[in-house]
Amino acid sequence: MDELSGALQMALVLIGRMDPGLIEIVWLSLQVSVTAVLIASVIGFPLGAGLALGRFPGHKLVIVLLNALMGLPPVVVGLTVYLLLSRSGPLGELGLLFTPTAMIIAQCILVTPIISALTRQTIEDLWSEYEEQLRSLGAGRGRALLTLLWEGRYSLFTAVLAGFGRAIAEVGAVLIVGGNITHATRVMTTSIALETAKGNLELALALGIVLISLALIINAAVYLTKDLVFRYSN
Amino acid sequence: MATAGRASILPLRLEGVSYTRGGHSLLHDVTFAVTEGASTIVLGPNGAGKSLLLKLCHGLLRPAAGRVAWLGPAAAQAGERQAMVFQRPVLLRRSVAANVAYALRLRGVCRDERSDRIRQALEMAGLLPLAGRYARVLSGGEQQRLALARAWASRPEVLFLDEPTANLDPAATRAVEEVIQLCRASGTKIVMTTHDLGQARRLADEVLFLHRGRLIERAPAARFFDLPAMPAARAYIRGELLW
Repeated sequence: MDELSGALQMALVLIGRMDPGLIEIVWLSLQVSVTAVLIASVIGFPLGAGLALGRFPGHKLVIVLLNALMGLPPVVVGLTVYLLLSRSGPLGELGLLFTPTAMIIAQCILVTPIISALTRQTIEDLWSEYEEQLRSLGAGRGRALLTLLWEGRYSLFTAVLAGFGRAIAEVGAVLIVGGNITHATRVMTTSIALETAKGNLELALALGIVLISLALIINAAVYLTKDLVFRYSN
Repeated sequence: MATAGRASILPLRLEGVSYTRGGHSLLHDVTFAVTEGASTIVLGPNGAGKSLLLKLCHGLLRPAAGRVAWLGPAAAQAGERQAMVFQRPVLLRRSVAANVAYALRLRGVCRDERSDRIRQALEMAGLLPLAGRYARVLSGGEQQRLALARAWASRPEVLFLDEPTANLDPAATRAVEEVIQLCRASGTKIVMTTHDLGQARRLADEVLFLHRGRLIERAPAARFFDLPAMPAARAYIRGELLW
């Protein structure tokens, strides 16, 4: 018990004096996950909206697949990206393995299905409400798609936050493709795993507190945007 | 004058139009023409097929059989010179003025002209003081007036109105009817459905009476309300329950 409260105190001291080692890790985590989520959004919004409005053979199958990919196991994604980027792999020449870029790629693969599946659901619901009105106003498919993305902006923001929550909290994929190298590819989750194993509980706990605070902030933001959506859609 | 001096897209002719959904026949063999000028009211009990008829005219639905054709000299522009207001207005999640601007942009109205048109349309609908308000927080009546302003702003020659006051209280209904009258006064042809007899009397020049998916009577309003030819229409006007 003493050990725990001692470690907790030290952890709070680390956070309080903005320890450079701690800040470095938090900053890299945010850089990697924010970039991954931005790229995933650029892919996921049009993909989800296109699936909501478009009809083609195999449409239902793609949707089922996409929904299933939301639960993709991070370690498997890590392994796959590792194999692709490793020196003997097809993309080995790019030399990306054990770099933040590799971590961004892995997280992007994890987050894109979440954002596109949630986008598809949002846009499909909106389309059933707006279709006749937009067609009556003379909007073609492309214009309707852009309009609906804007109309669904609050819900889509929730989707982005959900994606970010997954990215920032994930360990397996970034551990495998990043390698958890000091000053290079150590993010919050992988550092916690390592420092705990080493018995360096102060840093592990400090990172844990930051991570939980981030999760709380994100969930509060999701809740508040849902509240906004509700107020403005009625 | 919205349409003065332009070649018309009217008449709109429906020939033997039928519509089925899920194996049920909802409109049978409807034939008539919408011509320039007078306001046409499609009257009939709920479920008679009034909304379907309007959506077929507007091109939102395709008939299962028969033909819907614009036959006027400007028929090629029929698509952009007609507009529709729905029973439940679908407003975009943006300001009142931006809702009108959106419709004008889709019709290719250039930026310089847009602000004038927005002002005119909102003024006509009595919404100018609310121009900056978020559209979705307006009252039901204001929302419907905005839908009318948005439809009218693109200067349609024909305006289809599907039970525009069905969900409104008398005061809001009156305000919406005033806007409809202004649209008509500007030269826009009104084609409107209603199941409200009083409203039909107030607004109709010509009545189409629809019952169980069939067009059973078409007459000038005065004659229809004095002396309907068909028994079902007579019963409806007497206030008997038709279904």
